[in-house]
Amino acid sequence: MKKAVSMFLALALMAASLTACGSNENGGNNQQSAGTEGEAGETFFIGGIGPETGENSIYGLAVRNGAQIAVDEINEAGGINGYQIAYDFQDDEGDAEKAINAYNTLKDWGMQMLMGAVTTTPSVAVADKTAEDGMLQITPSGSSLDCVKNDNVFQVCFTDPNQGIESAKYVGEAGLAQKVAVIYNSQDSYSSGIAEAFIAEAENQPFEVVVSEAFTNDTKTDFTVQLQKARDAGADMVFLPIYYQEASLILQQADSMGYDPLFCGGDGMDGILGVDNFDTSLAEGMILLTPFIADAEDELTQNFVTEYQERYDEVPNQFAADAYDAIYIFKAAIEQANVTPDMSVEEIGTALKAAMTEITVDGLTGEGMTWEAGGTVNKTPRAVKIVDGAYQEM
Amino acid sequence: MGFLSYLISGISLGSVYAIIALGYTMVYGIAKMLNFAHGDVIMIGSYVVFCAVSVMGMPPGIGILIAVVVCTVLGVVIERIAYKPLRGTSPLAVLITAIGVSYFLQNAALLIFGAGAKSFTSVVNIPALKLAGGALSISGETMVTIGACIVIVIALSCFVKFTKSGRAMLAVSEDRQAAQLMGINVNGTIALTFAIGSALAAIAGVLLCSAYPNLTPYTGSMPGIKAFTAAVFGGIGSIPGAMIGGILLGVIENLSKAYISTQLSDAIVFAVLIVVLLVKPTGILGKKVSEKV
Repeated sequence: MKKAVSMFLALALMAASLTACGSNENGGNNQQSAGTEGEAGETFFIGGIGPETGENSIYGLAVRNGAQIAVDEINEAGGINGYQIAYDFQDDEGDAEKAINAYNTLKDWGMQMLMGAVTTTPSVAVADKTAEDGMLQITPSGSSLDCVKNDNVFQVCFTDPNQGIESAKYVGEAGLAQKVAVIYNSQDSYSSGIAEAFIAEAENQPFEVVVSEAFTNDTKTDFTVQLQKARDAGADMVFLPIYYQEASLILQQADSMGYDPLFCGGDGMDGILGVDNFDTSLAEGMILLTPFIADAEDELTQNFVTEYQERYDEVPNQFAADAYDAIYIFKAAIEQANVTPDMSVEEIGTALKAAMTEITVDGLTGEGMTWEAGGTVNKTPRAVKIVDGAYQEM
Repeated sequence: MGFLSYLISGISLGSVYAIIALGYTMVYGIAKMLNFAHGDVIMIGSYVVFCAVSVMGMPPGIGILIAVVVCTVLGVVIERIAYKPLRGTSPLAVLITAIGVSYFLQNAALLIFGAGAKSFTSVVNIPALKLAGGALSISGETMVTIGACIVIVIALSCFVKFTKSGRAMLAVSEDRQAAQLMGINVNGTIALTFAIGSALAAIAGVLLCSAYPNLTPYTGSMPGIKAFTAAVFGGIGSIPGAMIGGILLGVIENLSKAYISTQLSDAIVFAVLIVVLLVKPTGILGKKVSEKV
């Protein structure tokens, strides 16, 4: 019996390693067919890191796909200064250690620039490695200030404090509410970063934060207590600097309690209308402060959304747009600094780092984006309102 | 009035923990193993109901029935393939296998259903009960969850006490070798335990997702761990203990959120657990077992 078990395990292991090889081969083939496999010295090697599996895989997959579209577009149009781009994406499962492994894998592959990681913790972990190697790193969506603490890292998305401050200003200037309740995830640096800055900025604004309640990853199913407290305090607006999964629960629970304040969210709320089977009428009237809207009318967005839907059969979220922009930011920086693929990683990194503060990029997530030497981006959020189950610009 | 509504939502949350805890406690009591994949069987059950009701448009009753059947089969198959061959080896091996099964189920669901959250349509159609002029509202899901929990605990207790297979379970949990010598089919009894535990998981999944309608491949893991805590809290191996542990856990969690801090609620729940275990190491209703030398 024991023998049978160990034989079975050995076979399973073998099968697993074989399938692993198989998928690697597939990955390689795909790249070849997409025209992104290239020779060293003739091609820019851009690596990507993000969660393709695990709880945050929805973001990682969006980033991988969004960047792939940008890479293919650039390669078809003749590349950057005539050089093609090779692009490879590695899974980190949202985990810092696995992100380092992914980074090492990509280094062996020949990576010269890094787009990633997608979530904050792995971004911070990888940032130390890129600093050591002098590589330029652009994180599409790692929004914490910690992500850009090294001077070789730049962000496409807002930093959390900036988003909190901008949101508070917007609520104050538009006169959306008198009494505001904030419900945030204290375990998530994105969420608590926005919440803290929002609450601090509220001091200077004509509204009052009456309730500030937290939840954690372990208590993210039941929000009735937080909502009850908001109602008891007479809040006429609930600010939710959280991701849409939890927000969809909050909306449902508020509805079953008969509590109907104005809800307002940040960019993490993008995707709420895409939750399978979600009653979108619950989100009616909700306001989102987000840099990217898939329904925007401009040509750039429309082309991107159509292409994304054709390839991946879903509407791209903000993460996909951030990644798409990240690739074009690399392109702009490479053109500005006039680097060539035969230079060393460190030479490319140093030249691009200087170029980053000089370029201006019009992308999906903002027009005229510029960067501080500290790595943060300058752009303004758009406010959209959910009307009849779709986003409408305010 | 605030207190009452916090208390009721706590009991509702606790009832879900209690039903999940029953699955843990039965399997532990009889097979002497921690089935860490239990939370993920719940998730699979919820997906089955979601597919049957929301995608294929079947009536909720039939959807639940299909989920119970699928989960029962899944539970028995997991036991047969992953746990039975390891019976008699080190308990650690079984524990690791259980964790492996848990990851397997999560990633299988991730492959099949994708990472995106699905919004679960509640299968409960009872309108909310409004008391005290609307200030206190008890949702239909809350009433059904609490009712289902009580019915299941009573039914299980009767089953164990009064039926032949139930008494066989008791015998196996007391002393496996002696039970075998008395002519009890130990493997069959353990398989039956897994079948019942997994059927309960399907029901728990439906109730969990009706009350908190957000379905992802990771839906089952946290409630699973909380329910395991509840089972230890109430005395692992004891059926009424699982219910008491579950409800206490839910109530303490919600009241500490309401009156102390939303951030510290878990710290408080587990602090209470530590205190209880220090005073009564076997849990609230746990039996004191003297070690045989």
